[in-house]
Amino acid sequence: MTHYLLSVHGPAEMEEFGGYPSREAMEQSFADTGRFNDQLKADGYWVFAGGLQSATTATLVDGQGETPVVTDGPYLETKEYIAGFWVIDAPDLDVALKLAAEGSKACRGVVEVRPFDGLA
Amino acid sequence: MSATSSTTAQAIERVFREEYGRLIASLVRRFGDIDIAEEAAGEALVAALEKWPQQYPDSGVPPNPGAWLTTTAGNRAIDRLRREKLRDDKHRQAVDMYDDTPHESLGVFESNEDDRLRLMFTCCHPALAPEARIALTLRLLGGLTVEEIAQAFLVPETTMGQRITRAKKKIAAAKIPYRVPAPEDLPARVATVLAVLFLVFNEGYLASGDGEPVRSELTGEAIRLARILHGLMPGEPEVTGLLALLLLTEARREARVRHGELVRLDDQDRGGWDRALITEGHALVRECLAINRPGRYQLLAAINAVHTDAPTAETTDWSQVVALYDQLLTVDPSPIVALNRAVAIAELDGPEVALAQVDRLVETAPVLSSYHALHATRADLLRRLGRSTDAREAYDAALAVCDNTAERAYLTRRRGELV
Amino acid sequence: MTQYLLAVHGNEEDFADIAPETMQEMFESVDRFNQKVRDAGIWVFAGGLEPAGTATVVDGQGDAPVMTDGPYLETKEHLGGFWIIDVPDRDAALQWAAEGSKACQGRVEVRPFQAEPEA
Repeated sequence: MTHYLLSVHGPAEMEEFGGYPSREAMEQSFADTGRFNDQLKADGYWVFAGGLQSATTATLVDGQGETPVVTDGPYLETKEYIAGFWVIDAPDLDVALKLAAEGSKACRGVVEVRPFDGLA
Repeated sequence: MSATSSTTAQAIERVFREEYGRLIASLVRRFGDIDIAEEAAGEALVAALEKWPQQYPDSGVPPNPGAWLTTTAGNRAIDRLRREKLRDDKHRQAVDMYDDTPHESLGVFESNEDDRLRLMFTCCHPALAPEARIALTLRLLGGLTVEEIAQAFLVPETTMGQRITRAKKKIAAAKIPYRVPAPEDLPARVATVLAVLFLVFNEGYLASGDGEPVRSELTGEAIRLARILHGLMPGEPEVTGLLALLLLTEARREARVRHGELVRLDDQDRGGWDRALITEGHALVRECLAINRPGRYQLLAAINAVHTDAPTAETTDWSQVVALYDQLLTVDPSPIVALNRAVAIAELDGPEVALAQVDRLVETAPVLSSYHALHATRADLLRRLGRSTDAREAYDAALAVCDNTAERAYLTRRRGELV
Repeated sequence: MTQYLLAVHGNEEDFADIAPETMQEMFESVDRFNQKVRDAGIWVFAGGLEPAGTATVVDGQGDAPVMTDGPYLETKEHLGGFWIIDVPDRDAALQWAAEGSKACQGRVEVRPFQAEPEA
């Protein structure tokens, strides 16, 4: 089995309905995502899932010197940032891609699938 | 090296290339790793070059070269894995996989012969970039060298090498499976494999760049791989359709270029067509008709069957061609198909009707303006209508985006002949 | 308690340039840090990712999923690995991030998960 990161990206700051066109659309997507999560657990693929607070809440820490240097903001300078992700444990990429497609449909966004080199 | 030994070396290399896909595929199954398979295959070639001329002085090749290469490469891979003392997990896993225990059941595709089918699905996996799928297929199944593939696609060898290395890394790290897809995924995945073979063929048939207008090593390789796929999946009508399409197109290859200039279908010397390929292609088209599950490649093959069935251009059954294009439009509603249909309409209803259709097409699909065949078609229709000024403009537009030497030569001559 | 993402970024070429001894040293210090996080009872998850070139983007919103080779972001650097820890507040997260940063010899981005993580 291999662990895969299934990540979803979005802008640094979300609009009113979290990037969805309406409250109903947002709630529908949350419900679909919840069902998808339950299915992941039931099928034994689930390792972790979480939605992140907006990228504007990020802090950078450099602990390599004598005293840590803390600066505001995310590390990457891009238009979009990782907004949330699943970690799954699947037998091969075909299974991971199938689950990613279901996750993508549920959360209304494209999903990036990347294998882990190893877990600590 | 004497003349005889260099001929023997060539014979050995030819056998090696023919066996390469089968060899790599069986090694990948046994050791679960493409790099190990390629290294072992390379060592087996070195051993063959050294031993075959001594052991088989008459032919230079053993009676069953494939078995010899498979055994030798397998032993080399095991030697290497032992030498490396199971240094890391990859090799440990590979050794674990090599055990003479039976392999896990893989459904209906059980025999070792189907290793190549699995490898085709791995190389043409939709998670790989399209250009990487083509390169990997030619490298691992076709046995072409990185240098040959780089030349065929006009990119530097280092670029092609990196492309292949990256794709192999992704297959290993992301665990792209070595397996024939599940029945419910099969149609989509077969389509990806067919698209790769069709692209390889087309790049050979209408080669881009300043070199040869036709690269027969690519058309030949695409046909060879399509034959293998057809042999492995005889019941998939689109596979049969693609093979038929490639054969019926290849049959006209020799007649298609004369003195470095493209010869259009109407003007080709039909006596120069390869009758054996046409007969084989027609039989495959009949097989498809019997199965009656039409698809893109089958319909394209059927259109080519109508053309190759006509003893002269004038006797072509154009209404049948148009009917097939209509059917093709329902499964592949692309502006390029619509453009080709308009070409057939010109023969059936005259150039004026066709030109009106072509011009309407450009309005609805502006993307066609960057396609050389659009301008070449318009130029031809305008020429036939006697509209020389417009035709000249269209020839210029076609030449501006045409990247095939033979077609450029044809367009340039036609343009010069306008009065 | 709040879950925090402690993310490390980089690019593959830089990583390939690191001397094997430095790499070994780094692995060992990260192992020690991991153990400390476990001992503190704040461990949720940690892992290192394969290079971004092994990624595939999947759009499952249409009829048939559409796949594209490569990572989603077209940046020079990519997420290389991360920890997820569960700590009382942001200051605690920043302190752990500083230690993690020293261990892995790179800057660490700290981002909180939403209040009710789906976990």
